[in-house]
Amino acid sequence: MIANYGYRDGSGEYYVTIDTDLCIECEGRWCVEACPERLFEIARDDYDDEVATIVASARKLLKERCSGCKPAGGYGSLPCTTACEFGAISHSW
Amino acid sequence: MTEEIQEFWRWSEKNWRAPGLDWRDASVVTAGIDVGSVSSQAVILADGVVFAYHSTRTGSNSPDSAKKALGGATEGTGMTLDDVHYVVGTGYGRVNVPFANRAITEIACHARGANSMIGPTVRTILDMGGQDCKVIRCDEKGKVQNFIMNDKCAAGTGRGMEVIADALGVPIEDIGSRSFDIDDEPPPVSNVCTVFAKSEATALLKAGWSINRVLASYCAAMAERVAGLIDRLGMEPEFFITGGIAKNAGVVRRIERLVGVKAVPLPDDTDLDPQIAGALGAALFAHALYRKEQRAAAAAG
Repeated sequence: MIANYGYRDGSGEYYVTIDTDLCIECEGRWCVEACPERLFEIARDDYDDEVATIVASARKLLKERCSGCKPAGGYGSLPCTTACEFGAISHSW
Repeated sequence: MTEEIQEFWRWSEKNWRAPGLDWRDASVVTAGIDVGSVSSQAVILADGVVFAYHSTRTGSNSPDSAKKALGGATEGTGMTLDDVHYVVGTGYGRVNVPFANRAITEIACHARGANSMIGPTVRTILDMGGQDCKVIRCDEKGKVQNFIMNDKCAAGTGRGMEVIADALGVPIEDIGSRSFDIDDEPPPVSNVCTVFAKSEATALLKAGWSINRVLASYCAAMAERVAGLIDRLGMEPEFFITGGIAKNAGVVRRIERLVGVKAVPLPDDTDLDPQIAGALGAALFAHALYRKEQRAAAAAG
């Protein structure tokens, strides 16, 4: 399933998208450790599969919480998308 | 002297039981409870086959609505909650179903319910609920692949239709047929906001429009809003509509015109109702989860 976590406000769309069908294949769970803000966690979805999700408390704060990993924060690429070997994670901004 | 207030928004509550089926013969009895913002449904499966369902109005309290829905489905059957092996709650009030073993999102449940009602060919599901509207894409097993939900506001939802029924004094179940009793298709009213739409509808009546023409205009507005949502996700046939509005031909036919695809009807030989798709999906999840628990317990010795 394509799971979109985030929101849209007057300044733009801020969604982290996780393709949970790809997630199921992953055993490393690298995204959880890679995110310096600890925004990822592993949870059971509606189909009883263990997949990555964004922690509930951060879903309305992604613009701020992810800003440190954007180019202005000194990163050339996003740690979460780089760590995900299956390419399951993407950002809308 | 008291004046009786007519509630034009009030839709018929429904109770159905499978003829000739006795739940006592089943080894596994499961239930799905869909507590929506406007209506609540309960579906009971006996060995995975629909035994009974009940659809009722959601009250101000989700646990009571869940109990009322289940109570309606079990009424007169001799079944108590203790006889139900596994319950899955879904819908807006899913976390407030006190007797549920598990809560599952209505998105997953509607997809699974639609897959069970129509078959593996269903790919796009439009769930027209009481206060929101979702377009769901699923695979041949009824597993959700992607979905999109309407933005804030009751416009384009069941509650919006209830408001218009009351404002125009037309029983909600007559709106669909009456919206076709017009000479030419009028332009849609505002589809951004139910309050604006109601105010515009009243103004059109004052301007001399017939009630049927205003109804057509409102149905067109609702269809236009929903069609925009379908366009954003992309239409892949077959297309099935769930939720209460699925029974309003005035909206359904206009959506079909806009998206260029006919919605698959329920088979003629079924007594199922598109409004129970979410609860049916929840009951199917409950059946699968209970069987899985049993297998795990057996393997553990």
